[in-house]
Amino acid sequence: MSARLGLAVSIALTHVRSRARQTLVGVLGVATGVGFSVMMAALMEGSQRDFITQLVDALPHILVSDERRHPSPQPAEEAYDAAAIQGLTTKAIRPGIKNPFAMMSAISGWVDGAVAPSVQAKAVVRFAGRDRTASVIGIDPKREGEVSKLPTQIRQGTLADLYRASNAIILGDGLAGKIGARVGNVVSVTGGTGQVLLCTVVAFSHTGVASADDSQAYVLVKTAQILAGQTGLVNEIRVKAQDVMAAREIAARIEAETGYKSVSWQEAHEDLLSAFEIRNLIMYMVVGAILLVASFGTYNIISTITHEKTRDIAIMKSLGLTERLVRTIFVLEGLVIGLIGTALGFALGLGLSLAMGQVAIKSPFMDATHLPIYYSPLHYALAGAVALSASLVAAYLPARKAASLQPVDIIRGAS
Amino acid sequence: MNGTPLIRAENLGRVITGEVPATLITGADLAVAPGTFLAITGPSGSGKSSLLYLLGLLDLPTTGEVYVEGRATSRLPEDARAAIRLEKLGFVFQFHFLLPEFTALENVLLPMRALGRLTGAAMEARGLALLGSLGLEAHARKRPDQLSGGQRQRVAIARALANDPAVLLADEPTGNLDTHSTEQVFAILRRLVDAEKRAVVIVTHDLALAARADRQVRVVDGRIVDEAGQA
Ligand SMILES: Nc1ncnc2c1ncn2[C@@H]1O[C@H](COP(=O)(O)OP(=O)(O)OP(=O)(O)O)[C@@H](O)[C@H]1O
Ligand SMILES: [Mg+2]
Repeated sequence: MSARLGLAVSIALTHVRSRARQTLVGVLGVATGVGFSVMMAALMEGSQRDFITQLVDALPHILVSDERRHPSPQPAEEAYDAAAIQGLTTKAIRPGIKNPFAMMSAISGWVDGAVAPSVQAKAVVRFAGRDRTASVIGIDPKREGEVSKLPTQIRQGTLADLYRASNAIILGDGLAGKIGARVGNVVSVTGGTGQVLLCTVVAFSHTGVASADDSQAYVLVKTAQILAGQTGLVNEIRVKAQDVMAAREIAARIEAETGYKSVSWQEAHEDLLSAFEIRNLIMYMVVGAILLVASFGTYNIISTITHEKTRDIAIMKSLGLTERLVRTIFVLEGLVIGLIGTALGFALGLGLSLAMGQVAIKSPFMDATHLPIYYSPLHYALAGAVALSASLVAAYLPARKAASLQPVDIIRGAS
Repeated sequence: MNGTPLIRAENLGRVITGEVPATLITGADLAVAPGTFLAITGPSGSGKSSLLYLLGLLDLPTTGEVYVEGRATSRLPEDARAAIRLEKLGFVFQFHFLLPEFTALENVLLPMRALGRLTGAAMEARGLALLGSLGLEAHARKRPDQLSGGQRQRVAIARALANDPAVLLADEPTGNLDTHSTEQVFAILRRLVDAEKRAVVIVTHDLALAARADRQVRVVDGRIVDEAGQA
């Protein structure tokens, strides 16, 4: 350290030390700003990541459905350039995917991951005089576990129990509660085209999402095909990719190769992801404002010190200390406040984050959990960098003004 | 006089334009040679302090020029003028003007550290020697509020001498001191001239004291009116 910088540091430290209370106020301001910023970032990113993880876990990474992005061309459109068809009503029943099992093995051939089929049928589930509409989903219990978490969400039984009875059904626990059905009861299930099946309840499913648990039921693929009134029907093929982030490209390739609408989780939740971006933007603005306000305290303190030290500044300048050296002294004072404040703020932020992580949240839509907290060095680095730059600017402004004073003006007035 | 004067003022003028325009100094010519003890006297408000600030590069003249060791200074950038103050000129004011939070020694070290020529240990040794030569060895570690007025003024002189300046400029250095302290300070200044061949310029009201200087100049209404020198 040069003698000059050493001099500036020792004067700065002396000023700061002899104003312990003011300095403490400034330090606490910065610490509070940094602490809450860090905590808020941990909370925001925690909830965001938690949400995405749940989303990605709960849903297939890629959903290939029996729909097409563009309606298939009508014969008239192919024959005549000028023909345009309007007001066409789509068929009431879903067309299904052609040759689903050939397609599934084709996809398995090049995708690193798992593939499973499903059949959707709307039905009314009735037991003991009470009935509810439900989405009855036909699945393949052997493959299902590879694309979804369903096997882990089965209560009082397992997915494999679907093979136990000829018409076995797993009811969402909310649905079961509403109609009062228990494991072993036989419920009647009426499909959209009027077929009635008597199904034995073999287990309950509990996803934790109330809307799903209140309205979903699982059966074997062929049972669902009977309910839908279409043999061989498969509505959806779900793909779980090893590399979650590659879902978009895989979906695009499946769509190109098969012609079926194939939606990656990113595309399905585009609006949500962009909502996160807006949320982050708002967070950055709020955090920035907190840190800016925190630096007002520093500005105030450095201004006060420069005012109190006008005479000392005049003395130093009259002795021949340069304007720059005098300025450095007060900028260093701001830096000291900023540094100590940031260090304390890191501790405060960590403490607040840990405390927030203990908070249990109860939601009517979800199972009770703890607030998700994401710890990232980046949050600390960012908050620290912003707080320090703000402190530097906050100190620089009064320092520049103070250092530019003409010593003779002060000395003339004082003697 | 031997060689170039340490400080030479040529047709020096300083007017203040502003709400209350005022002529502080006008048409002043003055040269300060090495080994001279110069006293500036004159009535209150005549411009003595103003002249000293100009000679010490604390203020900029509106006309004329101040040469330090032959070099014109009024057009130099502020940092260059500060560097000349730091290295070649020493200041003592009527009020001690020490930094209150620092010890006597730390105050004396301040200009040395700002110059940064010596090692830390050498600076400290020199600081202690300076304080010792002014009879302050026992007070090096005291803060200004723990010192008497005369002791503070001697610390201020030690600080002015820190970088071994050729010229010491003092504005009423004994103005606040009792007779004993005044004598002590005067003796120190005298020694700087006689033993160390520095130039000392003091502003004083004390005509008896001024009479013991080598040269006297009298300022009235911003003009140097007469110069009475001995030897
Ligand atoms: N900033 C200023 N604006 C207007 N007039 C000023 C200003 N500073 C000094 N003066 C005037 O200039 C004149 C010279 O002031 P200066 O301080 O040099 O006098 P001085 O001889 O040192 O007086 P004293 O013996 O009382 O210290 C005075 O009349 C003073 O009122
Ligand atoms: Mg004066």
